[in-house]
Amino acid sequence: MDAAAPRPKENMGEPLPRVDARLKVTGQAHYPADLPIANIAYGALATSSIAKGKVTKLRLDDARAVPGLLDIVTYGDMDKVDKPKFGNSGATSIGPLHDRTIFHDGQIVALAVAETFEAAEEAARLIRAEYEEEKPTATFDSPGTATIPAAGKSPLFKEDVKAGDFDAAYADAAVKIDQRYSTPTQHHNPIELFSTTAFWEGDQLTVHEPSQNVTGWKVELARQLKIDPAKVRIVSPFIGGAFGSKGPMTPRTAIVAVAAKRLGRPVRCVTSRMQAFGTQTYRAETRHRIRIGAGRDGHITAFAHEGWEVTSRPDPYVVGGTSATGRMYDYGSVLTHVSLVQADRNTPGYMRSPPETPYVYALENAMDEMAVALGMDPVEFRRINEPKTEPIGKKPFSSRSLIRCYDEAAEAFGWAKRDPKIGAMRDGEWLVGMGCATAIYPTAVAPCAARVRLTVDGDVRLQCGSHEIGTGVRTVAGQMASERLGVSIDRISVEMGDSSLPPAPVSGGSISTASVCSAVLMACDAIRTKLYAAATAEGGPLAGSHNEELELAGGKIVAKSGASAKVEDVLKAMQVGAIEEYAEFAPKGATPDALKKLYAGTPEFHGGDQDEDSVKYAFGAEFVEVRINRHTREIRVPRIVGAFAAGRIMNTRTARSQLMGGMIWGIGQALQEATEIDRRYARYVNRDLQDYLVPVNADIKDLQVILVPEVDPAVNPAGVKGLGELGNVGTAAAVASAVYHATGKRIRDLPIRIEQLLV
Amino acid sequence: MRPFVYEQPADISAAVAIASRFTTNDDQPTRANAQFIAGGTNLADYMKLGVAEPNRLLDLNRLKESGLRQIRVTDDGIRFGALVRMGEAADHAEVKRRYPVIADSLRLAASGQIRNMASLAGNILQRTRCEYFRETSWQCNKRVPGSGCAAMEGFNRQHAVLGGSDACIATYHGDFAQALIALDAVVHAEGSRGARSIPFAKLHRQPGDTPHIETDLAADEIITAIAVPAVPWARRSLYLKIRDRESYAFALASAAVALDLDGETVREARIALGGVATVPWRAGAAEQSLQGKKLDETSAEAAADAAFAQAQPRQHNAFKIELGKRTLVRALLETRDMKA
Ligand SMILES: Cc1cc2nc3c(=O)[nH]c(=O)nc-3n(C[C@H](O)[C@H](O)[C@H](O)COP(=O)(O)OP(=O)(O)OC[C@H]3O[C@@H](n4cnc5c(N)ncnc54)[C@H](O)[C@@H]3O)c2cc1C
Ligand code: SF4
Repeated sequence: MDAAAPRPKENMGEPLPRVDARLKVTGQAHYPADLPIANIAYGALATSSIAKGKVTKLRLDDARAVPGLLDIVTYGDMDKVDKPKFGNSGATSIGPLHDRTIFHDGQIVALAVAETFEAAEEAARLIRAEYEEEKPTATFDSPGTATIPAAGKSPLFKEDVKAGDFDAAYADAAVKIDQRYSTPTQHHNPIELFSTTAFWEGDQLTVHEPSQNVTGWKVELARQLKIDPAKVRIVSPFIGGAFGSKGPMTPRTAIVAVAAKRLGRPVRCVTSRMQAFGTQTYRAETRHRIRIGAGRDGHITAFAHEGWEVTSRPDPYVVGGTSATGRMYDYGSVLTHVSLVQADRNTPGYMRSPPETPYVYALENAMDEMAVALGMDPVEFRRINEPKTEPIGKKPFSSRSLIRCYDEAAEAFGWAKRDPKIGAMRDGEWLVGMGCATAIYPTAVAPCAARVRLTVDGDVRLQCGSHEIGTGVRTVAGQMASERLGVSIDRISVEMGDSSLPPAPVSGGSISTASVCSAVLMACDAIRTKLYAAATAEGGPLAGSHNEELELAGGKIVAKSGASAKVEDVLKAMQVGAIEEYAEFAPKGATPDALKKLYAGTPEFHGGDQDEDSVKYAFGAEFVEVRINRHTREIRVPRIVGAFAAGRIMNTRTARSQLMGGMIWGIGQALQEATEIDRRYARYVNRDLQDYLVPVNADIKDLQVILVPEVDPAVNPAGVKGLGELGNVGTAAAVASAVYHATGKRIRDLPIRIEQLLV
Repeated sequence: MRPFVYEQPADISAAVAIASRFTTNDDQPTRANAQFIAGGTNLADYMKLGVAEPNRLLDLNRLKESGLRQIRVTDDGIRFGALVRMGEAADHAEVKRRYPVIADSLRLAASGQIRNMASLAGNILQRTRCEYFRETSWQCNKRVPGSGCAAMEGFNRQHAVLGGSDACIATYHGDFAQALIALDAVVHAEGSRGARSIPFAKLHRQPGDTPHIETDLAADEIITAIAVPAVPWARRSLYLKIRDRESYAFALASAAVALDLDGETVREARIALGGVATVPWRAGAAEQSLQGKKLDETSAEAAADAAFAQAQPRQHNAFKIELGKRTLVRALLETRDMKA
């Protein structure tokens, strides 16, 4: 048995190995900054060392004296291009070189370009900024924050959801809790550093940059540079980790493009690990207050979730996870409110399950506390509060397999052997604790285009401007074509990550598999229709057969009767060398503008809580065992089990890999990960992987992923629910619950560190 | 990174000669124009970050003296050549048998790849990882004398509670050094003023008013070997390292312990503490408090209290006092229970 390739159950595809695995492990995959380019010049950023104020003077003489220096792009040099825009494809509205105002720590003040990387770095280091400094506001509780309601500040967060009369229900509740939770600042830190490589051929600009959104960037970069989007090409075939960080384009891209134009040479700029903390997006710190009231029978009658999120001064970035937490259980009444807290910080952005990670952490930690307050088993408590319809709009769930996930995970974990008494379980010098939590992620889908060509030789070429961010979308898209066209996967080439391909939506929100596979399915079915028409036409080899009786398999059209025709022969008879289909998929409920918006790089999302007919979510349940040393209190996680249901599983190998990665990240979020801020200066302190800790192999012991079969035709034609962001939701709460079980200490502020258990 | 000259001297005397030509008697090794490089895992990192700025690197890896690369075990003790790699020493059968505390301290450090590159001399001379030291835009008395210390009132979770001063509280992060100081090791060095032996406890300097002065070495002095005297009962020894994750992280607190026991009574204890002090830290008071006592949780706790009696917490690192104590208690009990 091979754990990495789980045997498919009902409604699951084969665990095919990734089509690009060999390229990746043999170093043949060229990531954007690896690509050899002739006559290239290197750029390095100089960034601010203050978080608020103005640059009064920039001393460039020392930098100019560095041998090999070619150019410095700084204030004034970007005046002919437009400022970035915040939202959709843009990380921030701050145009760092458009304005001498410093809005945050690590803001770009110049780009030094030189013949070598070393010379560029040296020159950037020698650029000296003089400032008129102001006292910056770092974060929550710092003097100078401004708090505003989040609702309406983002198109994705229109309102604070509510239902019933919370105040009355809470006042009447027999058992209640009122607690506060917090999550820290986090940076994505993908192993592949951020980079931009830009070159011009005449008026045509090509940018190689790791991107989760090539179409959106093409349009946004063209807008900034005031050129026709048709003149811009973004190329990003391989991405070495993204987690949301490569979704929105940052101001660096246009700056490097301008440098390349000025020099008439390709320019490549790789930001350092340290610089990425200030020049890219991140997950901002959040705070929560949760109140839950229930009857003694365990039925929740009142639920309130208030959230506070830090954002930058200029840009109202919202995650607003209350739309998911407010729909999680059968609450009776719901009250929510989300506030933004503005500080002198760079603009936050998407990071793997942006709303759910912090908000569901708070909810699930509170659910565990509530179960304790009720004297109830935490799994039982969730079972009792399993809803028939979601509590806000009273819509049905398109499918919801949460309880089955709990049952399967609990069984595999051995939950029944848990002694519920706090601190009762021990193994020598180690306190043992067990906990669990729910995972939820909205199932969304967006319009997507794809081109598929089947040749007379039996080869398939699939093109789609989606992005292989490590999820395996290239493989599952190929797999969809393989299944629909009856062609083995090794005959299928899949092209992605290029804005000259048919457009796909941003690879965010776990929509890619659903959106891409739906488009590929459409294109393949159009090919099938043509083939079937030819084969079943009068005089054709399968004349008289109906389409429903036909299948494509092994390079043949096979009829139920047993008769068959080779695809090759059908194509020859049609006198064509290939059939090529261009499909544009639009989800149910799409607006008339949906496809136009796809090409404009601003695709609309459907599903989740947005649809009329039902709400659409994927669910999971995670169980964690922790061990805590009696003396020194370090926390280790010897075991974790997660069971997840997410509609059709295209490929059990890549699905498991995504969920496993999420769970591992969840352990890191629970115990390690945090960006530290020096509150005096509003500056990040631990800006490298030495001090920004994530789990290493030794931290992860026995990890089990259970794929729970689920069929949900309502979500999209492919029947797929996204699961890329499901795995790390809930994990931290499960760890917190296990820590409580072991020690009796309820830790509400992440990460849970040794110092919190020493007192 | 600034341009620099790179040389590969052929032997120790050539290396010393070049070093003394490009440095003065007053130069600190870490601030001199010419600096030695061995594995480069610490120095090259700090050069890239602009923290170290030598304009001449003298690579020690080609030095022809073979003793630099050897581990010699005799009845008098063990002698590690300066260029022996951490990984080799950690895996050495006799080191593991006779001095588990040394093998553990190396095995639990860094990663397999780094241990294969890093030399033992480089390891003991590794510089602090203080975040404010590593990033040149902060004030740091160690990097720029007199500029101030951003860590003192800043985010100082990993900083030292022992041996600090008003000028600097940077932790000494090395692990190996704790085993060496506990076992009374001696460092052999050669410079333009000849060869000498330095007791390990005298090698590192507490920051005081001059945190930029880190060791007793002159800028042209090369460490050639590290000698550990024979301590037969050091078979009962271990290194306990407590950190935020299971591997590949520096210690929040650590303890190197070796015990000479008569039944459960302590004849002699050797104790050093890591992760909590500005220099490799021998806990003399703790050792004394155990002498002649039965080792149990109570006496171990008393020793731990003695070890941290002088500790000075800052805003974010106060937990290290409690953690350091518990680490020591656990290390003492685990050492007592070793089958040696
Ligand atoms: C990611 C990471 C994690 C780490 N984790 C740990 C850990 O957990 N525990 C731990 O103890 N260490 C850890 N280290 C530190 C590592 O052990 C040191 O970097 C390494 O031991 C230094 O050895 P080197 O030979 O590479 O030294 P170099 O970088 O070559 O030199 C370091 C210093 O020593 C000087 N020097 C070197 N050899 C001599 C000599 N013979 N005579 C005089 N001066 C000399 C150099 O001039 C320089 O100042 C870690 C390092 C990294 C990068
Ligand atoms: S603690 Fe020492 S090394 Fe760190 S900033 Fe202060 S002076 Fe520099």
